[in-house]
Amino acid sequence: MSNLMSGAKMLLECLVREGVDCFFGYPGGVTLPFYDAMYDHHIRHILVRHEENACFAAEGYARATGKVGVCCATSGPGATNLITGLVDSMMDSIPIVAITGQVTSKLIGSDAFQEADTFGITRSCTKHNFMVKNVAELPQIVHEAFYIASSGRPGPVLIDVPKDVFQAQGHYAPVASIHLPGYKVFTEGHTGQIKRAAQMIWDAERPWVYAGGGIIAAGATPELRELSEIVDMPVVCTLMGLGGLAAEHPNFVSMPGMHGSYAANMGMSNCDVMIALGVRFDDRVTGRISAFAPHAKVIHVDIDPAEIGKNRAPDLPIVGDVKRVLERLNTILAEAPPDHKARNVDKRKAWWTQVRAWKHEYPLAPVYSDTEIKPQHLMAEIDRLSGGQAIVCSDVGQHQMWAAQLIRFNEPRLWINSGGLGSMGFGLPSAIGAQFARPDKLVFAVVGDGGFQMSIPELATIAAYGLPVKIVVMNNGYLGMVRQWQELFYNNRLSAVELECFPDAEKLAGAYGFKGRTIEKAHELAGALEAAVREPGPYLLNVRVSSFENVYPMIPAGAAVNEMVMGPPEPVAVPK
Amino acid sequence: MLQVISLLLENKPGALMRVTGVLTARGYNIETLTVARTLDPDLSRMTIVVDVVPTLRAQVIKQMNKLVNVLQAVDLTEAPAVCRDLVLVRVRAPLETRTAILKEAEIFKARVVDSSTEGFALEATDDPEKLDEFIQVMRSYGEIEVTRSGAVAMSLEAKKLRLQPPVPAANRTNGDRAARSEDDTPVEVSEEN
Repeated sequence: MSNLMSGAKMLLECLVREGVDCFFGYPGGVTLPFYDAMYDHHIRHILVRHEENACFAAEGYARATGKVGVCCATSGPGATNLITGLVDSMMDSIPIVAITGQVTSKLIGSDAFQEADTFGITRSCTKHNFMVKNVAELPQIVHEAFYIASSGRPGPVLIDVPKDVFQAQGHYAPVASIHLPGYKVFTEGHTGQIKRAAQMIWDAERPWVYAGGGIIAAGATPELRELSEIVDMPVVCTLMGLGGLAAEHPNFVSMPGMHGSYAANMGMSNCDVMIALGVRFDDRVTGRISAFAPHAKVIHVDIDPAEIGKNRAPDLPIVGDVKRVLERLNTILAEAPPDHKARNVDKRKAWWTQVRAWKHEYPLAPVYSDTEIKPQHLMAEIDRLSGGQAIVCSDVGQHQMWAAQLIRFNEPRLWINSGGLGSMGFGLPSAIGAQFARPDKLVFAVVGDGGFQMSIPELATIAAYGLPVKIVVMNNGYLGMVRQWQELFYNNRLSAVELECFPDAEKLAGAYGFKGRTIEKAHELAGALEAAVREPGPYLLNVRVSSFENVYPMIPAGAAVNEMVMGPPEPVAVPK
Repeated sequence: MLQVISLLLENKPGALMRVTGVLTARGYNIETLTVARTLDPDLSRMTIVVDVVPTLRAQVIKQMNKLVNVLQAVDLTEAPAVCRDLVLVRVRAPLETRTAILKEAEIFKARVVDSSTEGFALEATDDPEKLDEFIQVMRSYGEIEVTRSGAVAMSLEAKKLRLQPPVPAANRTNGDRAARSEDDTPVEVSEEN
């Protein structure tokens, strides 16, 4: 068998070998040879309507499966349009391989048509990036890119391929090994530290598990459940970690942080041992870091050594893959002598009583109205239809917070949102990626009226591929979260936040050939959502909700976690 | 106080940019930077002197160690190390001061690399503080022109270099996080570069 082939064909073969079944992209001048090679290749290319959305869709695919998401764009504007998606996946540690075309090698640096310094521009928004100089090095680079993207702390890797490299003929030989001497992946965790962690956990009177996106990335859901059950500990999952422990598990408290629950934040503030798993002590979780978890000894497990001590100095650091570390920690905990296990049982029971009292005192509960649709009511209805099983993709803002508070996720990789970067326009394209990845799943794109209007072009993609995504627009007529902050912190001087025009959903969806509807009465909601879910194809449901609802509880920026504001009208100062 | 960072990195395009990017992204200004090949032509040794807030120094080193092209980044600020800087000084030397300048140069172990009726070009190698003094002294003789190399530093401790062993590409599949190197311990080799 002759293995002489073009660089373009070689790239496709490498993608196949990495297990890529579909990828998202948009063609252009310099990627012509690549798209020509696709013409008679079985790998599936999904044509989106904007390169940014190609990256978001690849993220949706990666977040729904744990596999590497792949996107592709042409040189110049195609590559620069990917940037937001690359930074987004960098912030949330999502494995992405982005392929960009580059102008012919001879023209690089000559300000050629559609030339941009993609390699330079993307240096700071990727985990690593490559420029291919020669077709002979292409396979090695592609496999290295997939390895870097998916191993250790996952992240985006970009490969910039000049047009002549796509065109050049070369011998394709499968790559035997990847040698990156400077790329350190720490997986096992230090045995002595793990033993000490077990000791600290048995010594704890008020233990608390703070689990994040690392649990999802590592596939450590079973280990997290086991850990919480062995010692019977409360667990909070961050915005990135929702689904890490099933929402219906009795040990699951809720989400902590700026819009987390009272119980979750009080637990964070009052625990004596905090087991932080795959988290980065993000400012949206900790509030004022100097006042965060003041009584806690912190055990911090993370695969990235740079996360250890970045925001909070841990009492016990463990660098390793949280799945591997928990497997070993759980074994040690399970085999502990009975006197160890019994030591603080009574105190831990009292702690649970306290945590349940907090949950009872201020539960995260939906709000209803007879006249208008409350946004929380909308989320509660989506939750009812999902039953903890549907994939929910969201943008950023109020709807994202209400969805995170009120929709249950009983499995990992169901809740897909732009956590770290907070990119508007993420929900709809990521739902496209998620639906391609999981055709068996009910996929909701729960978006705001602002973010939806950033991603309207992708309605064409949804229509073209007949994706049964249920787009639910929580339409309050405002950039809700910005409006909330203007109300609370800028004397309600509402500046440039009212979105006065919103297209007629029925006509808009109809223009793309699928069904849409606008509702504004509370009694219509349940039926309209059910009809959307029953519809075999895509559906656009525009839900007019009350405009001036604010997300509570809320920890104002820069405040301590226990300075939570529970709700309007009179901010209730929370006793410590 | 200035931080002295020594790096061993792959001699590849963009590697320098990645390292300096860690600093510029945090708003730090690089005081000096030197880079050259090691005995192994595939690797470079870099010394950076930079003013980093003391509480963030460890974080900066960790971020550099995360870079794929960086084999090792170490903080030599408080470690046993030698640090040397090279300076070239052009000093105007009329007849009446020539002897005095040469005497001073001798004190600082500076070498004359060029001599003309106009003056001298001198070369001195020493730790950076000593060279500051040398430059001060030369300035007392009138206008001078100075070019400095920036610090090159070397650790005086034998540091183990942790390198990641190769991983097989063949039996990896997309998304299989477990299929990393079977033996997870990085290879330890003594540093020869």
